[in-house]
Amino acid sequence: MSTSFDLDTILATDVGSTTSKAILIKKVMGEFRLVGRGEAPTTVESPFEDVRVGVRNAVKQVEDLTGIHFLTKDGALKEGTFYVSTSSAGGGLQIMVSGVIRRMTAESGERAALGAGAIVLDVIAIDDGRELHEKIERMRSLRPDMILMVGGTDGGDKIDLIDAAELFISAKPRPRFGVGFKLPIIFAGNKDVQNTIKDILGDAFALRIVSNIRPTLSIEDTEPAREGVHDFYLEHVMSHAPGYPDLMKWTDIDIVPTPAAVGDICQMVAEAQNINLVGTDPGGATTDIFSVFDGKFLRTVSANLGMSYSICNVLKEAGVANIMRWIPYKLEERELRNRLRNKMIRPTTIPPDYESLIVEQAVGREAMRLAFQAHLSLATPLRGVKKKKDLGSLGRRGEEDPARKTYIDRLRLDMIIGSGGVNSHAPRRVQSASVLIDAFQPEGITKLMIDSIFMMPHLGVLSKVRPDVALNVLNKDCLVRVGTCIAPKGLAKDGVDALSITAELPDGTTLDKTFPYGTMELIPLGERETIKMVINPHSGLDVGNGGGKRLETTVSGGVVGLIFDTRGRPLILPENDEERREKLIKWYLSLGVYPEKILKLYG
Amino acid sequence: MGEAYTPGLEVKEATIVRKRRVLPIPGETLVKKGDKVNPETKIARADLLGTFTTVDVRSDLGILLGEVKKAVKEWFKVKVGDIVKEGDLLASRKYFFGRRVKESIAPTSGTIGYISDVTGKLHIRAPPVPVEVTAYIPGEVVEVLPKEGVIIETFGAYVQGIFGIGGETHGELEILVSSPDEVLTEDKITSSHTGKILVGGSLITGEALQKAAKNHVNGIIVGSIEDDSLVNYLGYEIGVAVTGEEEVNTTLIMTEGFGKMSMLTWTFDLLKKFEGKQASISGATHIRAGVIRPEIIIPLKPADTHPILESEETSSRLEPGTIIRIIRGREFGAFAKVFKLEPTSKEIETESKTSVIIVTLDDGKKLTLPRANVEIIGRGVSK
Repeated sequence: MSTSFDLDTILATDVGSTTSKAILIKKVMGEFRLVGRGEAPTTVESPFEDVRVGVRNAVKQVEDLTGIHFLTKDGALKEGTFYVSTSSAGGGLQIMVSGVIRRMTAESGERAALGAGAIVLDVIAIDDGRELHEKIERMRSLRPDMILMVGGTDGGDKIDLIDAAELFISAKPRPRFGVGFKLPIIFAGNKDVQNTIKDILGDAFALRIVSNIRPTLSIEDTEPAREGVHDFYLEHVMSHAPGYPDLMKWTDIDIVPTPAAVGDICQMVAEAQNINLVGTDPGGATTDIFSVFDGKFLRTVSANLGMSYSICNVLKEAGVANIMRWIPYKLEERELRNRLRNKMIRPTTIPPDYESLIVEQAVGREAMRLAFQAHLSLATPLRGVKKKKDLGSLGRRGEEDPARKTYIDRLRLDMIIGSGGVNSHAPRRVQSASVLIDAFQPEGITKLMIDSIFMMPHLGVLSKVRPDVALNVLNKDCLVRVGTCIAPKGLAKDGVDALSITAELPDGTTLDKTFPYGTMELIPLGERETIKMVINPHSGLDVGNGGGKRLETTVSGGVVGLIFDTRGRPLILPENDEERREKLIKWYLSLGVYPEKILKLYG
Repeated sequence: MGEAYTPGLEVKEATIVRKRRVLPIPGETLVKKGDKVNPETKIARADLLGTFTTVDVRSDLGILLGEVKKAVKEWFKVKVGDIVKEGDLLASRKYFFGRRVKESIAPTSGTIGYISDVTGKLHIRAPPVPVEVTAYIPGEVVEVLPKEGVIIETFGAYVQGIFGIGGETHGELEILVSSPDEVLTEDKITSSHTGKILVGGSLITGEALQKAAKNHVNGIIVGSIEDDSLVNYLGYEIGVAVTGEEEVNTTLIMTEGFGKMSMLTWTFDLLKKFEGKQASISGATHIRAGVIRPEIIIPLKPADTHPILESEETSSRLEPGTIIRIIRGREFGAFAKVFKLEPTSKEIETESKTSVIIVTLDDGKKLTLPRANVEIIGRGVSK
């Protein structure tokens, strides 16, 4: 462990559920750059049961590549090494949220837990639709790492909170780790009952009291609860995971849950560029979605949608048909099922051939699509806030905001950042672009970026002490500019002229082009190139200025370029299998998603 | 270069097997160090707190919130620790000049576990549910973990499967096929197999599995199953690979995977060698942090394993000469010997760059494979 943040070499790791990844950042010619990377299976399981083994293996790869040594002969970290780490191994941080009203305080609690980097196992509320005995049974069967208890504005409801506390006393929920350890509870509800809650829960649980998450209905302050979760995470969760107490001694700052770190870096990007963005990290067990929209940050995690451990849950939730719809060759349902099951039971294997790769990327689309849907349902204005009366509502009582609608407007989404193996490790960047476009269905003009080698978590934790370094490496080495997707919102008939564009290309030539509806086309434009473009959409289609309204804009290139997607939004694929496969092959060929010789075999 | 960690499943003919048998909550151990146990011996027990029923006495008696403290003192007829029967009076209150009575009656039997002088509710706790842990394998208690359980040791064969469903069971091993690639069909299973652990070859059909369950076969060990057969057997889809609690008559262990895959010859030969012996099996599979694989334990006397093969620990090192098995792709299941570990990432068929190894197949052909797609085969057993 080093003692100063004034340094020129930084070692960072992320201990994931499947792999541990190490990166080395070094000052090169006056600026900090990525100089090496290593990866090895995470070793939280037997026979090793010590995460440091996997970390060492990953760090050794960095040593081999760079010739710089960080480990002593007995495998410890050398003195003076500046080292930071994130972690999601061991299933990450698992929280149960208890609130009063599901769509008000309980939802705020859920957002706080997710923002802290946790997986929310369940949200229990008075009006969650379950009978009392079902809630009690659920409390007894869940083994959370901690409970976040919220509810009641300050001066508001007390009885329901006391009731819930008394239920915990009798239900005696047990922590995931450690027989005989007290389950941590964070109370972030009505301040007027803090003492009563302490009296009821203080002996039986490891209780921490923080400020109310909803002091009034119109204010949501998740920060104190998030900090409380973080502190408890280190003290009560990390200390029980195999090898972590020792790993914690190696790091120069607290180990941060991986999703919290990725969230931090997404916020940094959005703030630095003043944009609306969505980030995604489909991992082996979970898929995280991050959004920064009009300055509002939200993170959600779909706990059981993942690409290896949870791949069959994607199958279960999406259904066979939704996965098959992205596959351009004929595949029997039985075969698809067996493939996914075999991936589930051998999660660390990788697709060795195109057929396997196409199936995994199809699953990736569905995992992110489902996760984004869940995200949108939480990305809503605060519920419970009453609108002021206005002329239009004379004669009616003040109504609650129609807060069912998400505030995330795809037409105003400026950027999508893809992280996680399925995005970062796709053999062709255009595959990542295709997967992100199909999963998120961006509208209007949207930049696409990829975390090149999955180092956003590392940069996120580093940003806590050296945001300057994190931002530089992010821009120079981490984020790959894939290109820009131009996709009109709305539907039209196949074959009509969906978009006409005029642009002056970098070589001085003028591009005048019309794109028929129902197609995907690629126009190469380099990574650092931007061009001015005038877009005229079909009368029923909207690229950002309204239906049929022309848009003058500047678009950026990337390693792939400009992708014109006129398939319509929402995207509707043909129901007939043969017709659908034909279209997929056409689109994939047009973009170069897979080699022509492979796609021609399927045609 | 760091250790190239490639987890493989264990297949050992002769080894010491130690099982940690513990309660889910603190309790008491029932055996002591040195005791000989059999699979059904109860080695520890605890009382799992019974569930509870909430009675809203305040609402029953029409008490205002501000009156609850007084009400608990004056109108409640029970206190914490009292045992009540369904229909017993919990609290009563006279009103309307003493002419009317409101009562709160116990809706269920149990013990008064909690009374709130804030909300006016009370909790009636059902009797505790006894939880017992059995030995699961025959052997000797070598360590007692106070209030938790014990560690039991035995000598015998140990085989891990790749995936299973159903919990712990035991029975006599019977082989129903003549080769590891033979399909286990319905006609091979009869009522004489009740209570046994049956061994198939490659695939078990859905009909065979259903018949086994109907005939109360304790367990089946096969190479593989089609996913839809398993879904039909269970009645639902498995989403996440955490199993072992399914309510099924027959525990199922697959040694290879999904689809039609022959059992490894040496696994089959090992099980065949010990046909007639008692086996303890568990289908529990957790493919998350803390991986648990299904297992087969065949306790033996040293004389049973002539000739005794040296059971070396499965090496976790991939190095030239190591025998591996390919676990994904067109060559799934094939054995090979490591020829070379490439020090840098190389491009594979999908254009992906990854760590690769070069292996030599049995026919002498060389293949370049992703390192992630092989598993090390344990030494000490013949192919």
